[in-house]
Amino acid sequence: MRRVLLWGVAAGVMLALPLAFRQSFALSMLTQMGIAIIFALSYNMLLGQTGMLSFGHAVYYGLGAFVCAHALNAIGAGRLHLPVTLLPLVGGLSGLAFGVLFGYVTTKRSGTPFAMISLGIAEMVAACALMFPGFFGGEGGIATNRVVGQPWHGITYGPQLEVYYLIAGWCLVCMIAMFAFTQTPLGRMANAVRDNPERVRFVGYNPTRVRYLVFCVSAFFAGVAGGLGTINYEIVTAENVGLGASGNVLVMAFVGGAGYFLGPVIGAVLVSFLQSVLSSYTQAWLLYFGLFFVAMVLFAPGGIASLIALHGPALRHGLWPRLVRGYLVAGLAVCVLLAGCIALAEMIYHAERGEEMGKAYAVFGLAVDVSQSLPWLLAGAALLAGLALMRPAIRVVRHAWSDVHAQLQRIAPR
Amino acid sequence: MSFAIELKAVHKRFGRTPIINGVDLAVSEGERHAVIGPNGAGKSTLFNLISGRFAVTSGQILLNGEDVAGRQPQEINRRGLARSFQITNIFPRLSVYENVRCALLWSMGYGYSFWHRMGALKDVGGRADDIVERIGLAGRRDRPAGVLSYAEQRALEIGITIAGGAKVILLDEPTAGMSRSETADAIELIRSVTQGKTLVMVEHDMGVVFGLADRISVLVYGKVLATGTPQEIRANPAVQEAYLGVPQT
Repeated sequence: MRRVLLWGVAAGVMLALPLAFRQSFALSMLTQMGIAIIFALSYNMLLGQTGMLSFGHAVYYGLGAFVCAHALNAIGAGRLHLPVTLLPLVGGLSGLAFGVLFGYVTTKRSGTPFAMISLGIAEMVAACALMFPGFFGGEGGIATNRVVGQPWHGITYGPQLEVYYLIAGWCLVCMIAMFAFTQTPLGRMANAVRDNPERVRFVGYNPTRVRYLVFCVSAFFAGVAGGLGTINYEIVTAENVGLGASGNVLVMAFVGGAGYFLGPVIGAVLVSFLQSVLSSYTQAWLLYFGLFFVAMVLFAPGGIASLIALHGPALRHGLWPRLVRGYLVAGLAVCVLLAGCIALAEMIYHAERGEEMGKAYAVFGLAVDVSQSLPWLLAGAALLAGLALMRPAIRVVRHAWSDVHAQLQRIAPR
Repeated sequence: MSFAIELKAVHKRFGRTPIINGVDLAVSEGERHAVIGPNGAGKSTLFNLISGRFAVTSGQILLNGEDVAGRQPQEINRRGLARSFQITNIFPRLSVYENVRCALLWSMGYGYSFWHRMGALKDVGGRADDIVERIGLAGRRDRPAGVLSYAEQRALEIGITIAGGAKVILLDEPTAGMSRSETADAIELIRSVTQGKTLVMVEHDMGVVFGLADRISVLVYGKVLATGTPQEIRANPAVQEAYLGVPQT
């Protein structure tokens, strides 16, 4: 019952979001997030639930997207009769078909060999994308037009808002379906295979078969995401099957938290947000994004979801003020460090590429002349001060946590 | 006379090193059989051969009369043989209840289904709770198995092994590393959960062996030195010499 309520809330939020964000920029970001959520959740079926680290999941997204682009063009030419609303199903089925084909080879092994084979298949498909321009469209990719066929109750999918609702609807359905999958015998055995594949064999299951089946299901949902991508962007290129796209979905699942069902959702929303917002502020955004990923792997390997889960008990027992004080102090040190870091990165970037961008330049809204030494000294000092403050800052947070732990012990001893 | 397990001239070599040198062993239905022997005698290897973890080099392994040598572990398990491990082998991130449930699914016919909802499978849930209760972990039902104490993990190991209702149970040193009182509890547990089943166990603790087993086989250098009732084994001079290392007068 509680679950139904939660999904209801999710549906309500999805319905209401466009009312809050009316600008086309925000709306296109929201559609991007919806696609990313499906893709990241499908990836986490492998990583978080079955313990398979794939470097080639974009293959199934991308191939689903390509098939959908051709299907959409066929609908436009009148050779195929299918409502655009159901097009993602075509993507899902083609993702599934390629999953059945490639997954059979990939899931023969687990662990590092699995990762290597997935990488090999990704390379192979990416190479094919440039070798077979008939299907992949070569460098330019396949362009298409989503406003085809008969409008259904006036819906043409011309306006971005209609596309948003299409994607939101599919996103909700896929989320529910993927959650339901975790609650089936196969979904449970996937967790068992992740934990201990050897033992699974002695309770009657073939771990290779479990991996293969999960892989196929996951490829299906990746294909659905690909189909929605085709409708949204109206173009599919070789980049969509490439290693970059595969790495991106890995980062989403990991940053969000592969150990939790909702982790990849958080990761997909956050990464999509950073990608569209950060990239509009600075050219060096990929650098920051990389640093952020490294910091997450180092300090919060369980992802954001695990950080949230960590704070659950403290929140429930009202112990958060003690933590907030610690975080504020530590946050100050982190801000100094980040300020130094960002200022330096931006100034180096500007010094290297200054001629193209013009001499006048601003960091944090301040006009900066990179030919002077003062800005460099200030930025360097901030970086060093931030680094020096990190140790006491970490101590403050540790202290706060040990206090909270002690209090939790008293309230709810284990 | 039909045997639950029968080994005929089983050999196993790792590379050129022979580990099992022609073992013949027969365990009747409902018997509790202990395999003892010094370290390195090949006891665990024998279990790995019977349960399909390793393939035999030559020989036959009959499970209820059917040759299962060379079959995959899951196929042997589906034919009614379950085993535990000397080094605890559970699903550490799953809860105790979930561990037992996973061990039940195949035997209850759900296979690779993705069209059943686990929560709605009352038969599986009921039996899983039943087993959690029987292995004395009801108070730990929803804890991740990885955080249990050692003795609790050993109990869960047995729970996973018996969950599927296999008729033949192999236990590999079920009481290894336990304190005296924990051992006593474990023996009681083993006795109750293997009621009416065929049990083969490897064990170092002679108290456990003589208290639990109907018959004992002594394995030395990959060969069965003697098989018999506890009294016969105790009285066997060859066993005394080989196993205890001192000729008894």
